[in-house]
Amino acid sequence: MEQVTEIRWHARGGQGAVTAAKMTAEVALSQDKYFQAFPEYGPERSGAPIVAFTRLSDQPIQVYSAIEHPNYVLVLDPTLLDVVDVTAGTGDGAVIIINSEESYDSIAGRPDMTGKKVYTVPATKIALETIKRAIPNTPLIGALAQVSGLFPLDGIVDEVRTSMSKKFSEEVVNANLEAVKRGYKEVSGE
Amino acid sequence: MARKAITGNGAVALALKQVEPDVMSAYPITPQTEIAQNYAQYVADGDVVTEYIPVESEHSAMSAAIGSAAAGARTITATSSQGFALMWEMLFIAASLRLPITMPVVTRALSGPINIHCDHSDSMGGRDCGWIQIYGEDAQEGYDNAIQAFRIAEHMDVRLPVMTMIDGFIISGAIGPLETLADDQVKEFVGDYQAVNPLLDTENPVTVGPFDGLHGWYFEHKVSQNRAMDNAMGVIETVGAEYGKLTGRPYSHFVAHRLEDAEVALVAIGSAAGNAKTVVDQLRRQGQKVGLLKVRTFRPFPARQIAEALAGVQVVGVMDRSDSFGAEGGPLFTELRSALYDSQPRPQMLNFIYGLGGRDIFPGDIEEAVALLERAAAGEAVAQSRHYLNLRED
Amino acid sequence: MSKTSRKKWDYHDIAQWGPGRHELGATIPVSGTADDYDTGGWRSERPLRDREKCNDCMICFFACPDSSVIVEDGKMATIDLKHCKGCGICAQVCPRDAIELKNEIIARKLEEE
Repeated sequence: MEQVTEIRWHARGGQGAVTAAKMTAEVALSQDKYFQAFPEYGPERSGAPIVAFTRLSDQPIQVYSAIEHPNYVLVLDPTLLDVVDVTAGTGDGAVIIINSEESYDSIAGRPDMTGKKVYTVPATKIALETIKRAIPNTPLIGALAQVSGLFPLDGIVDEVRTSMSKKFSEEVVNANLEAVKRGYKEVSGE
Repeated sequence: MARKAITGNGAVALALKQVEPDVMSAYPITPQTEIAQNYAQYVADGDVVTEYIPVESEHSAMSAAIGSAAAGARTITATSSQGFALMWEMLFIAASLRLPITMPVVTRALSGPINIHCDHSDSMGGRDCGWIQIYGEDAQEGYDNAIQAFRIAEHMDVRLPVMTMIDGFIISGAIGPLETLADDQVKEFVGDYQAVNPLLDTENPVTVGPFDGLHGWYFEHKVSQNRAMDNAMGVIETVGAEYGKLTGRPYSHFVAHRLEDAEVALVAIGSAAGNAKTVVDQLRRQGQKVGLLKVRTFRPFPARQIAEALAGVQVVGVMDRSDSFGAEGGPLFTELRSALYDSQPRPQMLNFIYGLGGRDIFPGDIEEAVALLERAAAGEAVAQSRHYLNLRED
Repeated sequence: MSKTSRKKWDYHDIAQWGPGRHELGATIPVSGTADDYDTGGWRSERPLRDREKCNDCMICFFACPDSSVIVEDGKMATIDLKHCKGCGICAQVCPRDAIELKNEIIARKLEEE
């Protein structure tokens, strides 16, 4: 289990967390790693808090339960911090990456973030400026690549291009690539 | 106590009439038709004060019964075969809502090929839908079980629906003797209906059938359903004993017939148990140590008691009137073999499939089965695979 | 909200209930429990009403799927933020554009000021 990287995504229905969880897993495919991505299935309600999971490993993954003790937690919506216990099950040193335009200290200084490695990235702002919609998933993936070093930025860029080109125009794809790159650059931590 | 000549269906309809429930919603289907028809006649003639809901299908029959029971009314229906199959999804809902609906089932084969005759494919297929299942041998048991079903279903420690089976045509259409109780005796035995959280109590609004998602309590509710089944074990015995005091015909989960020193034994359910009993008695007269266990309660399954009753038997032959395709044997067989797994010594077990689609089962067929049990008991190697009685062999 | 016929049913610790504690058949034996369900937690955008533009026409009151538009003395008084999911229907139907949806965090700050 030690060598499995476990990522939990917190978002609201409609913010693209499930897509982000899957894209991250697919990057692992291109790196010949093993991976798993799944949402917590339930009634789909736009705005309702949802959870999605990604597992990455060099070995085949044979555990199919929800992630209890994530190494990384990504929060796509800062309003969730007061609604959901996003740090549930995380140990000391767990990485929490939060989409927020707040000052870093006001987020990292929250009592529930004590002992965690907290990072913030203005993902909604980036999304509005690049893809023109408040879907903060791709900047968060960029931020994850930067903070975790799990995969190179190029890997993510290639994957986003491949997976999005099937469904979207070149303009939309390029906007998302820009969003990933800006998330990679603009994430800030201690 | 009066004695009369009546069909199995007539006996069951009479029992229902004497209970006089608040609501019956039913759709006629062969071979159950007479139950729905007779009851509709009782209603039309003013013999009973029951709201009779003629529905357009069995799915609706069970749905209406669920609505009626949730509203707070003592509710019945009846069915067979394809009708039972059409009720399927609603059967689970009746049980999980803990509605004490009672339903006579006149057992019949499921298509195809299209066949209207008796076997247990319908009720046995529904053995995991959460209903209590009680099987009767003849019209008398059909009548007695239909009455007791109300007490069992409505018991506050149980609150589960109950289906009582009689064999289609073989029992449902045959005229036999029936000892009946007086109407007031039946009503007194069954007692007044007590609704739990009824929808029609408008002073106390409730929500029936809410959604229970991923982090809800579905699992806990399923466990409480099973606990109710556990409770039903005792309640079925108590009600059966009390009914015995009233009628001289006590009931329990099964009947052990000449099992004391039996070396081989048959286990049967439904009308074939009568055939088997006749054969066992005859073989006993010839000095053969053979016994019979007739199963009455199939859900909850009285595994421990059955294992005790069969202790010491060397070879057990289980007779199934339905098959379970691709399984180790018919539903009664797999249940029995599981029940006897912990027996010391563990008996050898053989499965006899018979009677599908109304294929008759003759005393000679049962003698053949007993002969195979005896050969196995004598040490001959006998295959565990299914044995078929009265099948046209290749 | 009318609670006239609400029976008492203490389910504050229902998250810990085992099989023995539930009502028969999963029935909810009281009414009005939706009131206890904090659908406001789904909200990422908050409706803010411009008192100057609003003429209390009540169209938002009828359109709100969560009955979150609170009316007092025939006037639109406030939004019930415990239940408002931020769906924005009120803003959509308002004939005077008196309701605007604002990012929840920004709105919270605005209201605090």
